[in-house]
Amino acid sequence: MSVSSVTSGPRRGWRSLSTWIGAVIVGVAAICAIFAPLLVPHDPFAQDLGKRLLVPFWMEGSDPSHVLGTDQLGRDYLSRLIYGCRISMLIGVTVSVVSGLIGITLGVLGGFLGGRVDDAVLFAITTRLSIPVVLVALAVVGLLGSSMTLLVLTLGLLLWDRFAVVARSTTMQVRNLDFVAAAWCAGCSRFRILIGEVLPNIASHLVVVATLEIALAILLEAALSFLGLGVPPPLPSWGLMIAEAKDYMFFSPWVIVIPGVALFVLVMGINLLGDGLRDLLGARSAP
Amino acid sequence: MSTLLEIEQLEVEFGRTAAVRGASLTVERGETHCLVGESGCGKSVTALSVMNLLARGARRRARRLAFEGLDLPGLSESGMAHLRGNAMAMIFQEPMTSLNPAYTVGSQMTEVLRRHKRASRRTALDRAADLLARVGITAPGLRLGQFPHQLSGGLRQRVMIAMALMCEPRLLIADEPTTALDVTVQAQILRLLASLQRDLGLGMLLITHDLGIVARVAHRVSVMYAGEVVESAATAELFANPRHPYTQGLLRCVPVPGRIKRDEPLGSIPGTVPRIGPGFEGCAFRERCGFGDETCHQAIPRHAAGPTHEFLCRLPA
Amino acid sequence: MLQFLVRRLIVAALVAATVMTLAFVLTRLSGDLAISIAGPNATQADVEAVRKVYGLDRPLLVQFFDWVGRAVTGDLGESYFFKTRVASLIAERMPITLTLGLTGLVIALAVSLPLGILAAVRENTAFDRAVQVVALLGQAMPSFWLGLLLMIILGLQLGWLPISGTGSWEHYVMPGIVLAFSAIPALTRLTRAGMIQAMGSDYIRTARAKGLSRASILLKHALRNAAIPVVAIAAVQLGFMLGGSIVIEQVFALHGVGFLAWESIAKNDFPVVQAVVLVLAVIYVVLTMLADLMNAVLDPRLRGP
Repeated sequence: MSVSSVTSGPRRGWRSLSTWIGAVIVGVAAICAIFAPLLVPHDPFAQDLGKRLLVPFWMEGSDPSHVLGTDQLGRDYLSRLIYGCRISMLIGVTVSVVSGLIGITLGVLGGFLGGRVDDAVLFAITTRLSIPVVLVALAVVGLLGSSMTLLVLTLGLLLWDRFAVVARSTTMQVRNLDFVAAAWCAGCSRFRILIGEVLPNIASHLVVVATLEIALAILLEAALSFLGLGVPPPLPSWGLMIAEAKDYMFFSPWVIVIPGVALFVLVMGINLLGDGLRDLLGARSAP
Repeated sequence: MSTLLEIEQLEVEFGRTAAVRGASLTVERGETHCLVGESGCGKSVTALSVMNLLARGARRRARRLAFEGLDLPGLSESGMAHLRGNAMAMIFQEPMTSLNPAYTVGSQMTEVLRRHKRASRRTALDRAADLLARVGITAPGLRLGQFPHQLSGGLRQRVMIAMALMCEPRLLIADEPTTALDVTVQAQILRLLASLQRDLGLGMLLITHDLGIVARVAHRVSVMYAGEVVESAATAELFANPRHPYTQGLLRCVPVPGRIKRDEPLGSIPGTVPRIGPGFEGCAFRERCGFGDETCHQAIPRHAAGPTHEFLCRLPA
Repeated sequence: MLQFLVRRLIVAALVAATVMTLAFVLTRLSGDLAISIAGPNATQADVEAVRKVYGLDRPLLVQFFDWVGRAVTGDLGESYFFKTRVASLIAERMPITLTLGLTGLVIALAVSLPLGILAAVRENTAFDRAVQVVALLGQAMPSFWLGLLLMIILGLQLGWLPISGTGSWEHYVMPGIVLAFSAIPALTRLTRAGMIQAMGSDYIRTARAKGLSRASILLKHALRNAAIPVVAIAAVQLGFMLGGSIVIEQVFALHGVGFLAWESIAKNDFPVVQAVVLVLAVIYVVLTMLADLMNAVLDPRLRGP
């Protein structure tokens, strides 16, 4: 069963501090994502070619109405950043849901039913792991054109492996425990055991995996958008913003630093939260 | 100097738990001193303290802890490392896990000699083969090239013993060396240890929970309870004339064929070993004793019941 | 042992076959390839001609088995764009990608192993926590962004390293560092966990009881056992790095296999895309088998009695 590791004094203090930091970061990101239209000072798509590449507030010559400056087409950077947060969070969560559904179903079926079914699931996982994810994602978007739906589906179909692995191993652990045998003896159908006994016990591990998968999906989408084959422009994905700024990066480095830092901080926050959840829910024993 | 090991009032704490609260014993050259007690009484910790092999975070204190007169706590870690495996050696309870699975038997045995005596590989291998033969392992040349997982438990323990003897130690500490072995193998290992001691003049500190082993091999015994040595005597004397209520209880628990009558219930000591926190005063056995009174809450004096027989109790009767 | 290898080979072959199928399906996803190849200005006749030339008028299954049959003999088709054999295109670019991958792996190990060992020895101290923070940073770092930052700092402002191309070993340093970043968190954690476990084991207690030196206990006895899973994972990480090099090669303009794939996607050069997916998948499978083999070599217990 899940045995929570005994963390000694100072470690536990650090752990809860880092979890709180993660929670705050994710909280802020969620607020930005949900309330983006209300929070942005300008329209993120509005171009103003007279005000191109204005510097952010900490540098000389900045414009107070554009706190973080503007990009090469005069669009307000802060607004694009906030909308970019919305896109990242949206993609992260939806991809996690899709990959979660696929991965958990496969993993639970394989772990619970064993035998040939499990062999098939393992084979599927092995095959999935050997596929170069970035390349295939790029190829799909390159061939079929970029759209949010396609992107989410593609990433969802490519990122389910960790869900499957964890769901499978935790299901196998739980399946062998006495209370499942007791339910079996009491005449419960396999389906009821699955829903009633197995799922609640593996849920905590899967929540942890879900948070980590969200982070992974966000990073992957950023990479794809950076290469121009992710979120369709002019939607302000952070990856796309970095790509657009690449041409100016030697003269105006802040243009790539800002969205990169945002990306880095968000992913770090999600990972911290995920690690903290893992300790909280006692899910350390899962592989 | 024939006193190899002197331990006087050893105390070991892990955090707030006092694992050892007062252990005193000596081991002479050529004698086997058994430290006996139930699980959790602190006997293994005592053994590990001698060579300072305790886990991180353990605090060790003693009025005197000396090997051949040399004060051990005063030594640096490297000074201590110089003694380990060299002048004093230790073997452990679980032969299954006490050998490194990644290296051959020969490599693990030779590294001790090469480390301490700067022997060449050839010399070390020859000595290792000799010792393997000495501990009763056939085809020692073959065994040297094998890995631990290829050997049975009994063989592994023999390897451990041989490995401990590589540098001709004067003191051997054995922490429950036969507990994890089959009964038939136990007897063989004990016989081996006894014969090695006779031939090599080793002093041996043998930790065990089994009074049968004590009866068979020990010259002297110390009985430990809840972190303290409560009685110590020559073996025959202890079995004939146990003075501490715990020792008496222990001996009652062991059915002796011939002496125990039919339908006589097996003895047992009611209750369990208490957990001793800091600042505990008095006798730890008082709840289970059956003879105690309020004076047992105060410091307990040590009585001598004979020239080599001591025990800790308020009740001299 | 032999039985184990044979089983793994069979699974590997099956995986390769599945990936081949998926790669084939992948490139046929967009519908009519002939239209894409012929271009936007093509007439109906042009499209028909293209279809005949590239054999796209044959039934799908025939096309598939034709490809499979040729692929197993090493003929990965011909590039639409370069008009040369795909196999030779890939072979040409592979050394660059391999060099990049190996550089990344070497850097990753050179950083992870010492950090993991030290963190384990100083478990629960400030140093240990610092190492864990570093691992977290590595996990959260977008690789392409790190690449750009390094370019600005090390390439432009400090002028230490070249920022693109493949002329000398210096060209591989920055891309290597970026790749290493993706593997360092996992390898460091694994090394640390393995060392903590090894250091707490009975055979280490025996080693201490033998009076061996600290270095010997740590590096000879503990590391030898802790390294077993690390070596296996390192092989797998190399596989990931090779697969993920496409982004780095684009950022640093390294003309390796990843860059080739990228160009081919942009130009709808399907045979190349198909082949690269297959080749990368096969490399990954081989690396995982290698990882299992190394496990067996390093852990005597797995070799059998």
